[in-house]
Amino acid sequence: MKGRSRGVRFGAFIVGGLAVALALAVLVSPSASNDPDGLNKVAMDKGLADAETDHALDDAPTAGYQVRGVDDERLSTGLAGGIGVAVTFAVAGGVMLMVRRARRSTPARAVQQ
Amino acid sequence: MHIPDGFIDGTTSAGAVAVAAGGLGASLRRAGQVLDERRVPLAGLVAAFVFAVQMLNFPVASGTSGHLLGGALAAVLVGPAVGAVCVSVVLVVQALLFADGGLSALGLNVVNMALLTAFGGYAVFVMARRLLPRTSSSVVVASGVAAAVSVVISAVAFSVEYAVGGTGTAAVSTVAGAMVGVHVLIGIGEGVITGLVVGAVLATRPDLVWGARDLALGRAPADSVHEGVAS
Repeated sequence: MKGRSRGVRFGAFIVGGLAVALALAVLVSPSASNDPDGLNKVAMDKGLADAETDHALDDAPTAGYQVRGVDDERLSTGLAGGIGVAVTFAVAGGVMLMVRRARRSTPARAVQQ
Repeated sequence: MHIPDGFIDGTTSAGAVAVAAGGLGASLRRAGQVLDERRVPLAGLVAAFVFAVQMLNFPVASGTSGHLLGGALAAVLVGPAVGAVCVSVVLVVQALLFADGGLSALGLNVVNMALLTAFGGYAVFVMARRLLPRTSSSVVVASGVAAAVSVVISAVAFSVEYAVGGTGTAAVSTVAGAMVGVHVLIGIGEGVITGLVVGAVLATRPDLVWGARDLALGRAPADSVHEGVAS
């Protein structure tokens, strides 16, 4: 099947990878375990959880991986996952782009700004 | 593994912010040196993928789940410096958009889940590769071992932070024992999943795997591809 020794094209790899990430976040994450994770379980068992204070952004429209206004819990989780994947890709890509540009412009004007 | 607000006192949390800022600054400088045109979208993809898999809690023991931290995975795929930045972006997005992980604990979480897993995990990866034959299967095995150990490193780090500035009344040894115990189990899951993902990337685009650069895979005939699939 593979005509090219280097496998799939780079662009196809990125798009395919993003599709896999989106599928995991949107379609699979609603079926993930709802049990507390390791740290939260230890915190509950050992009494640490009593010290937990409210998160300042608990009222955010996507707090707790639930999109406000979407009542179906699975759909809400999946939507939040999709938003998270898109935002994370954009922010991480943007940071890397800035880092790369900053690096390339450094030799010319190192002290400016 | 996300620390919420209130578990660790303000002084310790502030100290962790300083450590996280220093580590991230160094990582960004290093990232600027190694990022080429292709690694920019690749790093974006790695961050997005880590975000997605962090949502997939798997059961590990009665009433307990775990999820991938992804620092070791990111380090193997794009290098420890870029990988640490990727996971840090994930943690910031989680804290700001989804109220997951305390704002006051962001420094602690970046140290535990991004810096230590990426750099600690990558150190384990390099050591494991030295002990194994120079094949792509070894890259898969070393990735799994590194990922498993990275989760335990992260659990130990939390225990140290609890010892320094924990607000709870439970003994440090009790917390540390429970944390390491459960995260050995979660680490096994992280190791298996990380090995599978690295194997899948090696099977499709082995030339994109930072931790396998020395093998010069992908330009050679397809044997490396088959090996990646088999492992």
